[in-house]
Amino acid sequence: MRIIVPVKQVPNTTDVRIDPKTGTLIREGVESIVNPEDLNAVEEGLKLREAHGGEVIVVSMGPPQAEEALREVLAMGVDEAYLLTDKALAGADTLATAYSLSRAIRSIGEFDVVICGRQAIDGDTAQVGPQLAEFLKLPQITYVSKVDIEDGNVLAERLLEDGTEVVRAKLPALLTVTKEVNRPRYPTMGGIRAAHREKEIHSWGAEDFKAEPWRIGLDGSPTWVKKTFSPPPKAPGQALKGTPKEMGQELVRRLTEKNLI
Amino acid sequence: MGVVIVAEKCTGCKLCIASCPYAAIDMVGNVAVLNEKCTDCCACLESCNVEAIIFEGTRREREIDLSQFADVWVVAEQREAKLMRVTKELLGKGRELVEAKGERLCSVLIGSGVGHLAKELFEHGADVVHVAEAEELSSYRTGPYSKVLSELIIEHRPDVVLFGATTIGRDLAPRVANRIQTGLTADCTGLEIEADTGALLQTRPAFGGNIMATIVCPRSRPQMSTVRPGVMAMAERQAGRRGELVQKEVKLRRADLTTEIVKVIKGEKRHVNLEEAKVIVSGGRGLGGPENFKLVEELASLLGGEVGASRASVDSGWIDSSHQVGQTGKTVRPRLYIACGISGAIQHLAGMECSETIVSINKDADAPIHKIADFSIVADLHKVLPVLIEELKGVGKGSPSEG
Repeated sequence: MRIIVPVKQVPNTTDVRIDPKTGTLIREGVESIVNPEDLNAVEEGLKLREAHGGEVIVVSMGPPQAEEALREVLAMGVDEAYLLTDKALAGADTLATAYSLSRAIRSIGEFDVVICGRQAIDGDTAQVGPQLAEFLKLPQITYVSKVDIEDGNVLAERLLEDGTEVVRAKLPALLTVTKEVNRPRYPTMGGIRAAHREKEIHSWGAEDFKAEPWRIGLDGSPTWVKKTFSPPPKAPGQALKGTPKEMGQELVRRLTEKNLI
Repeated sequence: MGVVIVAEKCTGCKLCIASCPYAAIDMVGNVAVLNEKCTDCCACLESCNVEAIIFEGTRREREIDLSQFADVWVVAEQREAKLMRVTKELLGKGRELVEAKGERLCSVLIGSGVGHLAKELFEHGADVVHVAEAEELSSYRTGPYSKVLSELIIEHRPDVVLFGATTIGRDLAPRVANRIQTGLTADCTGLEIEADTGALLQTRPAFGGNIMATIVCPRSRPQMSTVRPGVMAMAERQAGRRGELVQKEVKLRRADLTTEIVKVIKGEKRHVNLEEAKVIVSGGRGLGGPENFKLVEELASLLGGEVGASRASVDSGWIDSSHQVGQTGKTVRPRLYIACGISGAIQHLAGMECSETIVSINKDADAPIHKIADFSIVADLHKVLPVLIEELKGVGKGSPSEG
C-alpha cells in the first residue's frame, strides 16, 4: 500500500498566553510541535503498512523550519518526506492549502489512501482534509476513530455527536482521524538516527509540483483575515454570601428570578 | 483565456463531464467542448487523465460580479427526520443578517421523508425552503449531499450560506466550498454584515480560543460559514407562519454514492446530548469520587438537564468521556451551567464559557471558575448540593420552562 499523510507544524497552543497588559498573544518561547492529530494519522499509516506492507509518505507545507516536524515523523518510521516550501505559498487559506497539497500528492504518484489529522490546533478548521479529498476526487470519511482495510475497501468508524457510524468506501479514499484512533508511538533511537543520517527530505517549491501560481498562497485564497483581537472580558459575577444553606436558597431565588429554573 | 480543452488531446472519456458542477461541458462528436455555462472554476482540470484540459493565463481573467448574488441560506440539518437545534439558531442569526441586507432568508432541506420539516423552518423564519428528497439521501453522506447542495447553490446564487459546525456540517461545507471554488470560514461564533460594504464579517476563535479572528471573503460568492452550535440565539417560533416551498429535482449517479453506511451505533448507555442541553450540571475532581456523581445527576434531573464533567473526573474513570466538557470534549452553551467541584482549567473554560449563566460551587476561593461565574459559591459542594436539591423539590419545579 502507498499511504500519504499530510502533516502540519503548529505552535503548541496550550503554551500560548495572553499578555495581561497589552491583551496580545505572547509568541516568544512557544515551541513548535507536530500537530497532535497528525501524529495519530502518521501512526495509523504506520500500522497499515505493518499489516499490509508498502510505504508511508508524509507531505507538509510550511517554512523551511517545518523540516524539524518532518524529521520527527521520519524518526517514527515514515519512509519518505516532502516539504512544500516557497514564499509564494505563504498566506494560504484552507482552499489554497488543499490545492497545493493535492498538486504535490499527484506529483508524488499513485497511492491507496490519504490519512489526515482531523484538524490542526492553531486554526481548528478541519477543512483541509475534505477540501483535499475534493481536489483529488476521492471519497472521504471524517472524524474517524477506527480503520480497517480489506479487499480494496476501507471500513471506518466515524464519530458523531450522539454515536458512531460505520462507513465503507472503496480505495483510494481520504480519511481524517481523531485522537481516539490510536496512541502515536515514540521515535526509537534507531529511528532518530535514520531520520537524520539516512533519510532525505525532498524540498519542493511551487514549480516542482506544478501548482498554478494564481491558485496558491494569499492570492489563491478566497478568505482573508480582516482583523484579530483578544476575546472580550465578561461582566463581573457575584459571590453569594452566608452559610451553605443560605447560599443554596439565595441561588435558587436568583435563578428563579432569571427564569432559568 | 481561462479554461481550455485541447481537442487533439481529448480521448472522449467523459470524466470531465462528471466533474463539472455547472454542466458546462458537452460532448461534440467524440470530444469534450465547453459551453457558455463555464465559470473557469477549474473543477475539471483535476479530472482529466491526459492533460487535455488546461488553464491559460496566470490569474482569473473574469472577475465575479458580486451583485448577482443575494439571500442568506441556512442548510437545515436533520437527523432521523428531526430538525437539529443548531438549524433554528442559524435561522435566528440568518434573520438578523437578511434584515441588514434587505434580502430573503432561505433554507435547504435535504433527506428522505423530511418534507414536513419545511413547516418548522417557515415557523422559525425561513421565507423560502428548497426541498431535495430521494431514497439515497435518507442518511447524511458526503457524496450525494454535496452534489445536491452544490447544484442548488449554482442555480440560485445565494450571497451567504450557513451550516451548523457539526460532524455533518463540517464534513459537507468544505467539500461544497471547494466544488464551487469559494471561501469557507470554520466554526464561527460571530456573524455580522459590514455596514458600508454589505460583506459578511465572520468571527471565530483561533489558537485554542486565545485570540479571535474576523474573516472576510472579498472576491468570491457565496460567503460560506460553519457556525458553532449553541452560540447564536434560537429563532422564536411563530406558529402558522408560511413561506414558499421549492421542490428540487434530484438526479444522482453511481459516482456520487461512493460511501456506504454499514451500521450506526448510538452512544453508549444513556443518550448524552450536551450540545443541545438547556441546563448542564457538571462535576469535577472536587466531587472526591464516582459515588458523588449521584448528587450531580439528581440535581441535573430535577432541572431537566444533562450531566457534564471535567477532564479530571473523566480521566479518573468516574464518568464516561461522552460527558466531557472542554477543549478536548464538547463545547456547550446551555442557558444554565452549574460547575460543581471544578477548578476551571483554561481547557474546561474553553468548552463552557459561552453558557448564558454560569454558577460555580467550589470550596477553593481562588479557583479560576469563580472568576467567570455569574454566581459563585465558595463552599463545600457536599453541603450546598443537598440544599439545592431540597429547595428544588420544595418549589416543585420539575423541569425548566420551554425556552
